[in-house]
Amino acid sequence: MKVLVPVKRVVDYNVKIRVKSDQTGVDLANVKMSMNPFDEIAIEEAVRLKEAGKATEVVAVSIGVAQSTETIRTALAMGADRGILVKSDETVEPLNVAKILKGIVEAEKPDLVILGKQAIDDDSNQTGQMLAALLGWAQGTFASKIEFDGDKILLTREIDGGLQTLKLNMPTIVTADLRLNEPRYASLPNIMKAKKKPIDEKTPADYGVDVKARLEVLKVTEPPQRQAGIKVESVEQLVSKLKEAGVIG
Amino acid sequence: MSAKFSNGQSPVDFDHRYMGPLYNDDHRAWRATLRKFVEAEMMPHVDEWEEAGEFPRELYKKAAEIGLLGLGYPEEYGGTPVDDPMYSIVTAEELARLGAGGVNASLMVHGIGLPPVLAIGSAALKARVAPQVLAGEKIHALGITEPSGGSDVANLKTRATRDGDGYIVNGSKIFITGGMRADYYTVAVRTGGPGPKGISLLLLERDMPGFTRTPLKKQGWWSSDTAALYFDDVRVPKENLIGEENNGFIGIMLNFNKERIGLAASAVAFARVCFEDALAWARDRETFGKRLADHQVIRHKFAEMARQIAATQAYLEQCVVRVKEGETPVADLSLLKVQATLTMEFCAREAMQIMGGAGYMRGCRVERIYREVRVNAIGGGSEEIMRDLAARQLGI
Repeated sequence: MKVLVPVKRVVDYNVKIRVKSDQTGVDLANVKMSMNPFDEIAIEEAVRLKEAGKATEVVAVSIGVAQSTETIRTALAMGADRGILVKSDETVEPLNVAKILKGIVEAEKPDLVILGKQAIDDDSNQTGQMLAALLGWAQGTFASKIEFDGDKILLTREIDGGLQTLKLNMPTIVTADLRLNEPRYASLPNIMKAKKKPIDEKTPADYGVDVKARLEVLKVTEPPQRQAGIKVESVEQLVSKLKEAGVIG
Repeated sequence: MSAKFSNGQSPVDFDHRYMGPLYNDDHRAWRATLRKFVEAEMMPHVDEWEEAGEFPRELYKKAAEIGLLGLGYPEEYGGTPVDDPMYSIVTAEELARLGAGGVNASLMVHGIGLPPVLAIGSAALKARVAPQVLAGEKIHALGITEPSGGSDVANLKTRATRDGDGYIVNGSKIFITGGMRADYYTVAVRTGGPGPKGISLLLLERDMPGFTRTPLKKQGWWSSDTAALYFDDVRVPKENLIGEENNGFIGIMLNFNKERIGLAASAVAFARVCFEDALAWARDRETFGKRLADHQVIRHKFAEMARQIAATQAYLEQCVVRVKEGETPVADLSLLKVQATLTMEFCAREAMQIMGGAGYMRGCRVERIYREVRVNAIGGGSEEIMRDLAARQLGI
């Protein structure tokens, strides 16, 4: 079984995001970047499948600027076998990402694609679902557990009020939720070994995809500053303040 | 300013030199791994460890799994060989973010205990000891300093006398990092006449009869198990002799230059932690109707800290470049260590002045670092010894 895992280079979760002064977007110049945390979970799951003897090859793919190679190297250091970089200096929207991934799936013929459920930069949560629709494959989103039942996948999802288990036909699309696993550290020996693993370089045009944006961003602004609260002395004061605010009658 | 040198953040923050010309993709990947490891496995527990006076032994194994313990050691013993001092710099910087040098001192103590074995020890000894140590299963300490004298290594008094197929060791060692829990100890003993030519290195093992230890309480480094060691007719087999008899002095000296550059990198990183924590505090706290950071007297403190950190970092990186090119600039490495610990001392002082009472409370990184200034300024060669060594090297 071959597993394909897309990994996205995003602003590191620890970085304090700054909006550009012209309000066209977030300032990305020389900001520390890392692999999207949900994609780390996806890679970890794929590598575990390989270690368990279920997967034979794990391919990591990243779509983005040249430095996305660093993100692929992280995936390789975690245990992926090889990488594909689809180079684009444009912002690639989820539908275009899904179209490029469809092209890669057709060329690579994986049995399973594991994606992070969303990327922490734009929080779109669309790519996995769109890819499943474009390919006409089964999809299991927000996975918290993946098991195999013969040639089918038993996939557990966390939903309101409990757990839902789906039985999916292969090939299939899975998107990883936070509790699927705890990703390993990329150890120093594996960082060194990852340097020798191959990374193919492609362009969106190789898959016949035009990455021109279909959405227009009008304005990006800082979240509104939260107003400071007050401390009330008594229940009576609390009730009267709530009434004043029109929250209760 | 070229973007290569800056990520647009504060000139002294930890990620400022992330993209600098000395750092490549592998250094960045290693830094990212360490950053996560320190934040997930160490930071949540460090206050507890400090109060308890030790950290769980399990941390050695976890550190081995990510390749931290094996950094720079041969592959045949489970290490990851790297011929590049930048890995040690990145490691020292990221471990310093914990703000508890005692954890690092004991966790990485094999960094002083094991190298003499690998440099001059027999193949059998290396094969027996190194794999277990680099796997985090055994702890390897170094015993040089004695109650009768510290930096005067050539005059140490612990004596090993030949006895059939081995040695009988008598004497004591003091201020031994990792000394309470270590399994292996690289110990300097006198086997010959006075002076450096009469010194040998022996590998002592924890359970050898007549070998005892007592814990020592310290100003800082509380998580580190520092000990006094006592040898009372300890019988050590000949196989545990590290290198040739009376040739141990060189094995001790090999360590020092490498150790000093790491100590300097740690010290300047501790200074940076002080800067960061004081800055976060000064931006948040309001006094006399404005942010603490808006008072001129406070702003100038930050500018002065930044100046000293930047100058020390530049000196450090200059030394690194020379070491990378195969030089051993002894005078500069000695002076770099002095420069780095003075910077740490200054920044710990100023950060605590800025933070006031909050900085004086336990559980705060600045409070701990303040208590660790002296161990950095004394350990691994005191400022006075470093200046003296530099003066001699410079032919003054």
